[in-house]
Amino acid sequence: MSNFAQTFSSSLGKKLIMSLTGLFLCTFLVVHLIGNLQLFKDDGGQAFNAYSYFMTHFPPIKIISYLLYASIIIHAVYALVLTIGNKKARPVAYASYKGEANSPWTSRNMGILGTILLVFIVVHMSNFWAQYHWGELPYAKYEVSLTDPQDVKVTPIPFNASVAEPAHADYVDSQAGKKVLIAKDLYKIVNESFQQWWYVALYVIAMAAMSFHLIHGFRSAFQTLGWDNNKFVPLIRFLGVWVFGVLIPLGFAAMPLYFFFK
Amino acid sequence: MNLTLKVWRQKNAEAKGKLVTYKAQAISPDMSFLEMLDVVNEDLIKKSEDPIHFDHDCREGICGSCSLHINGQPHGPKHAITTCQLHMRSFKDGETIVIEPWRASAFPVIKDLATDRGAFERIQQAGGFVSVNTGGVPDANDIPIPKVIADEAFNSATCIGCGACVAACKNASAMLFVSAKVSQLALLPQGQPERYRRVQAMVAQMDAEGFGNCTNTGACEAECPKEISLTNIARMNRDYLTAKIFKEEEV
Ligand code: SF4
Ligand code: FES
Repeated sequence: MSNFAQTFSSSLGKKLIMSLTGLFLCTFLVVHLIGNLQLFKDDGGQAFNAYSYFMTHFPPIKIISYLLYASIIIHAVYALVLTIGNKKARPVAYASYKGEANSPWTSRNMGILGTILLVFIVVHMSNFWAQYHWGELPYAKYEVSLTDPQDVKVTPIPFNASVAEPAHADYVDSQAGKKVLIAKDLYKIVNESFQQWWYVALYVIAMAAMSFHLIHGFRSAFQTLGWDNNKFVPLIRFLGVWVFGVLIPLGFAAMPLYFFFK
Repeated sequence: MNLTLKVWRQKNAEAKGKLVTYKAQAISPDMSFLEMLDVVNEDLIKKSEDPIHFDHDCREGICGSCSLHINGQPHGPKHAITTCQLHMRSFKDGETIVIEPWRASAFPVIKDLATDRGAFERIQQAGGFVSVNTGGVPDANDIPIPKVIADEAFNSATCIGCGACVAACKNASAMLFVSAKVSQLALLPQGQPERYRRVQAMVAQMDAEGFGNCTNTGACEAECPKEISLTNIARMNRDYLTAKIFKEEEV
């Protein structure tokens, strides 16, 4: 085996992969949350729809999104490989095993939490991401007055199979004194999805799982990298619990709840 | 004290074992856990039954032989002690105590509660040493070592190789043990020439023995009788990844 293959098939090499993909997914969460805050804007989805178009069409972001899909898959596959190895390492289970006496609950349930998240990601992506790319999506036309940005006219363009799909457009019509945006209306899909209580429940449960997964996962990733410098550990722990374990899951969970109760 | 014991009995490595219930009667709270088992064994011998097999040697917490998983925890409910240092006053009269061997495919059961921990020896033989003769005693302060570093190396060196870390870990991972053995030498000047070979060779042997993969639960650190800390694992990870990714040194 080459040194390279040997490194990544060793226990520590596999853990390195888990750590790096996990941290990459964490940085993605920050970007995803900040971008999606536009859902809270009460503008008929104008900002959110413009942002969705940008995220799916700007080339550097497209490249990063492929990296992201790869990371999700690699993180899940390596987790499975490692878990199978761990089960093999203890073929006979203890009759009595007091895990709670020596380790936090989150750290012992990363696999279950991760599986919930994987199911969630599949549902989430097939409902929004796949819809956006290949689904039968309505469009919306936004006309914003150049003199008064508060003066917005929104015209929904429902999906109609018998006419050609409208083209995405974003231009300034100086004669009419308007800025015009015609974009796929993902905002409407989001709004409609989050009217179903069970869908909102799925999201809230998944975010709870994400919170527990990251409370252990974030700091664990640094430990795996060997970065346990006393100067940084308190900061890493703080970020892991309060930012990735509390703030980010709360932010995401607020979105379905906002649409449901709006 | 009177106690009910549920003890894992297994004839040999191949046989299927099971928990067998015994009564431990008239036990003094001042007895150590192993002395309590001695009393039970004397009863068994009198009844010409096969006594319970368990490992022990020093009975003062320094050899790492004793290895009992007691009521769901390696070395029992108390913090930072070995089974031989555990006293019966830590239990209640009338309590039921479940006693099992370390459970790991890399530690096969020899008989009853005794396991073969040769895997640890083989990991040590793969690189847990300094390959030069020590020679005569050097002058004091010939090799300057900061006190904090010397202390840290000494802390790592207190690992007695008992295997409680593997037993406690939900993944049966040996990383706490291996990292302690890597660290005690990696921290000191004498360990430097072989530092990056050592960590690669020992991790490779650890993987070959079939131990699981650490998920940083911290169970090992909490159960280790010598309080070896997770910092050792971070240091091993750092050295290993440095060796594999930034250094050219092969094993
Ligand atoms: S690290 Fe602790 S628990 Fe593991 S073998 Fe050494 S002394 Fe025993
Ligand atoms: S018998 Fe030596 S440490 Fe317990």
